[in-house]
Amino acid sequence: MRGLLQGRMGTAAGFTLGAVLLLGVAPAVLPAFNLALLGKFLCFAIVAVGIGLAWGRGGMLTLGQGVFFGLGAYIMAMHMKLADASLFGGSGVPDFMSLYGSGVVPGWWEPFRSPAVTLLAVVLIPGLVALVLGLAVFKRRVKGAYFAILSQALAAAFAVFLVGQQATTGGSNGLSGFRSFFGFDLKDPNNKVMLYMIAATVLLLSLALARQLMHSRLGELLVAVRDQEERVRFLGYDPATIKTVIYVVAAVLAGIAGALFVPLVGIISPADVGVIPSIAFLIGVAIGGRATLLGPVLGAVGVAVAQAGLSSTFPSFWVYFQGLLFVLVIGFMPGGLASLPALVGRRRRTRSAASSPAAPARPAPVATSPDAEEKATVPEEARR
Amino acid sequence: MELLIGQMFAGLSLGSVLLLAALGLSLTFGQMGVINMAHGEVMMAGAYTAFVVQRAISDAGISLLVSIPAGFLVGGVLGLVLEAVLLRRMYHRPLDTLLVTFGVALILQQAARDIFGAPSVDVRAPDWLQGNIELLGAPIPLTRLFILGLSLVCLAGLVLLLKATPLGRRIRAVVLNRDLAETIGVSTRRSDQLTFFIGSGLAGVAGVAVTLIGSTSPYLGTNYIVDAFLVVVAGGIGQIKGAVIAAFSLGVLQSVFEYSTTASIGKVLILIVIVVFLQLRPQGIFSLKTRSLA
Repeated sequence: MRGLLQGRMGTAAGFTLGAVLLLGVAPAVLPAFNLALLGKFLCFAIVAVGIGLAWGRGGMLTLGQGVFFGLGAYIMAMHMKLADASLFGGSGVPDFMSLYGSGVVPGWWEPFRSPAVTLLAVVLIPGLVALVLGLAVFKRRVKGAYFAILSQALAAAFAVFLVGQQATTGGSNGLSGFRSFFGFDLKDPNNKVMLYMIAATVLLLSLALARQLMHSRLGELLVAVRDQEERVRFLGYDPATIKTVIYVVAAVLAGIAGALFVPLVGIISPADVGVIPSIAFLIGVAIGGRATLLGPVLGAVGVAVAQAGLSSTFPSFWVYFQGLLFVLVIGFMPGGLASLPALVGRRRRTRSAASSPAAPARPAPVATSPDAEEKATVPEEARR
Repeated sequence: MELLIGQMFAGLSLGSVLLLAALGLSLTFGQMGVINMAHGEVMMAGAYTAFVVQRAISDAGISLLVSIPAGFLVGGVLGLVLEAVLLRRMYHRPLDTLLVTFGVALILQQAARDIFGAPSVDVRAPDWLQGNIELLGAPIPLTRLFILGLSLVCLAGLVLLLKATPLGRRIRAVVLNRDLAETIGVSTRRSDQLTFFIGSGLAGVAGVAVTLIGSTSPYLGTNYIVDAFLVVVAGGIGQIKGAVIAAFSLGVLQSVFEYSTTASIGKVLILIVIVVFLQLRPQGIFSLKTRSLA
């Protein structure tokens, strides 16, 4: 089984299996409501792929992914609002603007009337913001805790900014009540399935991208930067460039996820992009195994499923549970669930070695080089 | 002129609250590299302590005077427990402490909601703190003046403790070089515990102070934590004088920005100022001179 999953063939097989499950089985089996819910979770999973790269592989603790998610989401929401207004209202002015604002569409909304500009902006604007920020921060060797706190302040400022602009961003209510998506009626169940399929496809593509990045030279340098930034610098590479590239990739993934989130869920508000949701993106990644390829995705979906199941029935219990997850997983199992087989395997080996030293050591199934494997998946600072 | 003085004072007052919140943070961050996201919730615990004390002692003046040491104790003990149970194991993983303490913060917030309810509660300020005094024609609220004084007293106490007592000397030794301090017989374990006790205790006092200028809710901590961290980062990690300068500059800047634009744009401007500032001085206003590369 393990041998099957390794190597290029295994990757291709696993990818195909995932594609069949997400694109074939899920739409056939799940009722429409659950399918839409799964689509929402897949958006979080796309964000998680980016966080896995930036945090798990690159050691950049980014607490501000909500900003990029929000940028993508608000850009898409503005386009859908404008499109709805011209399709149904005739006036071309979104409903909430006539309610709260001057009834005039502000100039910076206008470009997003065009579908092409919107699609480009969803990718380019989060990427550009991340590029500027990444260069400003990493080139000056601001790292570790400083970077984490700055990215968190960014999320806080972004949410405060959105809340303050009631007339143009909908304030704390956010933007909602969409009726169409690039001309497709959102009430039509077929179009909902289509939205889900888009989200699933984007997730598969981003996984493929992440896999290629991880196995590229850039990916190896990234891990090296995480573990010993100074040595990489002494070797002649520029860690700032490496980190910035990956940070931009993570931001773009978050932006695209945000843009998909809006038509799937039907609302975006500052409550989805502030400090707390930005950190909440991390817990799924940590549970699944931050430095693995699939761990962040499975963790993010798992946490989202648990939240959907628990938070409506036991809201108070869910918060305790979420807090405990952070404490237990990060505190006691930094490698996440992905490190469990290695942990158990090591314990079993040491126990059998201790109880019967005479018995020939049975080769464990993962015994090829357990240490090397662990090195690749758990950040150095977590292993000390 | 009155307006200018009023704005300056509003800024100083905001700065003094930030300073109270950031002093303890700077201490724990500097000594142990622990990024304590639950620091804001320790503040919240201090604020609720003031609320509970006032329910027991109805006289607002006495209850305030009792609340300050009580808040210090509650905050300190909370910090001590946190250190002993969790953070002690993770001193070599500073980034992970951020996430673990975020989990603790979530739990404490929900606990506050379950115990005291989600709506905010109010603590009455004593009579002798109500009203304003005139300073060059500008009205200065007495409560804010009191907080400014309290933060300066706490600052003086902390500086005195660090510079003039054997205990403070040990703490500074551990900050400068943990291994060497241990080699010459300083118990870093005890020093860590004490630092955490004092740092969290100061957060508790900060919590008591903010009950005078606003109502207390389970979200109190989240309102201050991000700004307090920015103060520590801008001031230079582990640097008390850096924290003082950063806290008051950020406070004044924020009130100027908020006055000349809006509250939300002011926040964004502050962040830009800090990012630009870190371009110029990535290690903050002051930094410890060491030979380490990190």
